[in-house]
Amino acid sequence: MNLLELRNVTLRFGGLVAVNDVSFSVEEGEVFALVGPNGAGKSTIFNMISRFYTPAQGDIHFKGQSILDHQAHDIPRLGIARTFQNIELFEQASVLQNLLVGRHTHSRTNFLSEALFLPSVREQERRHREAVEQVIDFLDLQAYRDKMIGGLPYGVRKVVEMGRALAIQPNLLLLDEPASGLSVEETQDVAFWIEDIKRVMGITVLMVEHDMHLVSSVSDRVMALADGRMLSIGTPQEVQNDPAVIEAYIGSSDSPEDGEAA
Amino acid sequence: MDILQLIVSGLANGCVYGLIALGFVLIYKATEAVNFAQGDFMMLGAFITLGFTNTDYIGLPFWISVILAIGLMGILGYLLDLVVLRRMFGQSQVAMVILTIALGFVIRFIAGAIWGHEPQALESPIAGVDVRFGGLVLGMDEVVIIVVTVILTILLYLFFIRTKLGVAMQAASQNQLAAYYMGIPVKRIHSLIWALAGIVAAIAGILFASKGTIDPTAGLLGIKAFAAAVIGGFGSLPGALLGGLVVGLIEPFAARYLPAGYSQIAPYLLLVVMLIVRPHGILSQIQTKKV
Repeated sequence: MNLLELRNVTLRFGGLVAVNDVSFSVEEGEVFALVGPNGAGKSTIFNMISRFYTPAQGDIHFKGQSILDHQAHDIPRLGIARTFQNIELFEQASVLQNLLVGRHTHSRTNFLSEALFLPSVREQERRHREAVEQVIDFLDLQAYRDKMIGGLPYGVRKVVEMGRALAIQPNLLLLDEPASGLSVEETQDVAFWIEDIKRVMGITVLMVEHDMHLVSSVSDRVMALADGRMLSIGTPQEVQNDPAVIEAYIGSSDSPEDGEAA
Repeated sequence: MDILQLIVSGLANGCVYGLIALGFVLIYKATEAVNFAQGDFMMLGAFITLGFTNTDYIGLPFWISVILAIGLMGILGYLLDLVVLRRMFGQSQVAMVILTIALGFVIRFIAGAIWGHEPQALESPIAGVDVRFGGLVLGMDEVVIIVVTVILTILLYLFFIRTKLGVAMQAASQNQLAAYYMGIPVKRIHSLIWALAGIVAAIAGILFASKGTIDPTAGLLGIKAFAAAVIGGFGSLPGALLGGLVVGLIEPFAARYLPAGYSQIAPYLLLVVMLIVRPHGILSQIQTKKV
């Protein structure tokens, strides 16, 4: 079944067509990767799915319903969580607190019951804490549980952000360059986690990634973009061998210089 | 005894400064805008209470007037953000500063048009009553101001730590983008912060008017409260209260021990010293950037 479907989506910034008539769908339970050179429109597509931008044309469906009527803060409630290319965490809070904010959409208490700290509130707090502890165990963040984000190294922050997205317990996880800036070992960890997120947690993953090694090791399907258009879609192998993709990356075979200059 | 009385009256003044400073910091933390009309909010809150309760105007019971004024100031704060300030979303900070300064002028003018420009006294049950602790004679107003500020501080603390809305406000103030994608309606949170700032301003105004007279220029006290917020560490809620207390305490002591006239400039001298010695304030929240 299609979990997410983009139909003929177009977005312009002034005269620049950032995304041009792109259609694709992500099946439930798969890992789907978007690849392409810088400026191809990958992040713009992410930002449209998370309702930061509204497409000029076309429609985006999630679980069979258009999400264009929803605002950005409704997106996690629908079951979509995301991470950011340039890590967006709550800097003056601990790892645990950051993950707990991820539980915001699941919190069903009201002001009065919180003021009185009723048993129902305590019970919910316990369940949120349990859910968050599972994520901490899953991502091996125990050592950092009570550390402030401000003092953590880049690689750990990257993992915390992934953890916070998982704490939302989404159906679809959007990962914006999960391996950028990570060491080889850290990238391997990310690959394992993405596998487990798909297999163990049953969460569908849509990611943007430049590391083709990571993409081909974890993705079920890949879509390549260039200049806002779809170039190729298929298994990682198929896409990597597609002449159109090779041309976009290294220029056309007969005059590589021209391709670079354009 | 003398010193104790100076301390109590300084603390009482400091509580009012601290509450106004709290309003500055609340709005600054959440929306990154500085509301230079915060002092005028305080003045308006005081005048609304006065308008409801004084026998020259409506003559309602004091406590009902207090509740009405607090409620009205909350609604006013919410609507101001919804109707005016939200349109400035994404504009430069300077634009917000100019807008809120203008807003202060408008509020001052409106208050003058409704209640006149002459100083008036709020008919408050705590004004002019003395309490005795042993040999110490304290104004009831000063004691009430300190007690109310302490209670309000505890309530705000619990609100920010314990409630979903309070935590959402903290999240939105630390990282708006991330807050959106945790499902927090950031724009509505901003409006609610403005409502909260209005409520705190109303309480500060009622307390302020209980220990003296009030006129439409009383809002200029906001400048002193702004200095207090900077001294305490702009961006820190406990810092705002602490800065208020420091400024409040320095005034009576400067008046007592320094040549005449120095007490007026003492808070600003302290501000200059602080900016040189510890520019991030007493309780700074700014962390050194890691490279």
